Amino acid sequence: MPIDRPTDLDAALASLSDVPSAHLLAGGTDAMVEITFDQRRPEHIVALRRIPELRGYRVDDDELTFGAMLTYTQVERELASTAPGLAMAARTVGSPQIRNTGTIGGNLGTASPAGDTLPWLLALDARVELRSVRGSRELSLADFVTGPKRTAREPDELITAVRVPRVEGPQHVAKLGPRNAMVISVAMAAVIVDTTNRRVRAAFGSVGPRPIRASDAEQQVSDAIDWDALTCPDDAIVHFADACAEASQPISDHRSTADYRRHAVAVLAARSLRRCLAA
Amino acid sequence: MSDPDPTPTEPTPAPDPEAYELTINGRTRAVPSAWLGESLLYVLRERLGLPGAKNACEQGECGSCSLYLDGLLVNSCCVLAADATDARIDTVEGLADGDQLTDVQQAFLDAGAVQCGFCIPGLITTVHDLLDRTPTPSQLEVREAISGNLCRCTGYGRILQAVEDVRAQREAAR
Repeated sequence: MPIDRPTDLDAALASLSDVPSAHLLAGGTDAMVEITFDQRRPEHIVALRRIPELRGYRVDDDELTFGAMLTYTQVERELASTAPGLAMAARTVGSPQIRNTGTIGGNLGTASPAGDTLPWLLALDARVELRSVRGSRELSLADFVTGPKRTAREPDELITAVRVPRVEGPQHVAKLGPRNAMVISVAMAAVIVDTTNRRVRAAFGSVGPRPIRASDAEQQVSDAIDWDALTCPDDAIVHFADACAEASQPISDHRSTADYRRHAVAVLAARSLRRCLAA
Repeated sequence: MSDPDPTPTEPTPAPDPEAYELTINGRTRAVPSAWLGESLLYVLRERLGLPGAKNACEQGECGSCSLYLDGLLVNSCCVLAADATDARIDTVEGLADGDQLTDVQQAFLDAGAVQCGFCIPGLITTVHDLLDRTPTPSQLEVREAISGNLCRCTGYGRILQAVEDVRAQREAAR
């Protein structure tokens, strides 16, 4: 099993072009577990941690760009005021040890239904940047994640960054699990009261094959909110919660039941919206 | 957690042709013939005779294999050893100066924070990381910092006491 250790983006793309079947190694917190437990036997590994183009983030007037190798710890420490919901999501990931290595790009590449950053990214209509020697393209996150742990990434493509529009207004991310640390979520909610565009954005994780956007619920509650006072009638919040639960597509598995997850979506949706409006 | 060294579950296919070197506690160590899919934890314990990082879950859940990679606290079971060739690796073995324990190690002994001891190397590296970054952590910050280190003996009370003792000692010394 050869390993390539490219030190810049072009070299990484050349490696992937030569061996499109190579497994991409970002933080390793998913890949190493699969390799150790013999669930994955890569023919070839392209290790990404030396590539400066994938690190860091950029804050522009209208857009935030997160490099694929941005770690959860960096998000938590450096982006808490710029991307508060993403920082909240990052802080729920695993443990400090996991957050020091795990990356946004890895979360996208793994595309688990329980990926902790995905609901927030989906709620903000994130766009995933993919590069290969053939060129670059951008996909909406909704088009990028095609199913549980399945993406539209072509074998020779590398996730280089993910972008979201900058919006004003309060955000909240809530994760439900047996304890605060070290859990894969039973259900997760990201709610953004986007005062720039005067619309509520809401998306959910672990309650469907992919992260789920509650578009109808968003529309109804956005119409009910008083955008100048940032208040919302309580019955509209309850209705929003029910509509979010309605949009979810949970299954029963070893972590929870479909009924409990649907209930949890309603509770987390209402709680997150109330916290946003109280902020 | 009484078994001091569970049998590694890591399979070992045929070695790869590539030999590589790791820099561990300031020393360069050759890894001459290993399968390139091996974790750093496995290479340390099974190839280089450094058993300080403990092998329990092998999936990033328990923290007993915690060490520093370029100064960052990580689970060594989740690090591909062959990808750490240019990194600075510091393990629990590198903390004490001969028989002279660090303040954190001594405080764990003094507070009775060590029972079976299996989780302790991971907790020692984790607590050093916390107190070096955050000299006066709140109780919640301490709990969050050690949230990825499982101890099944102590109930954590004396571990939290040991952390508080080091915090107080360091504050008094400033």
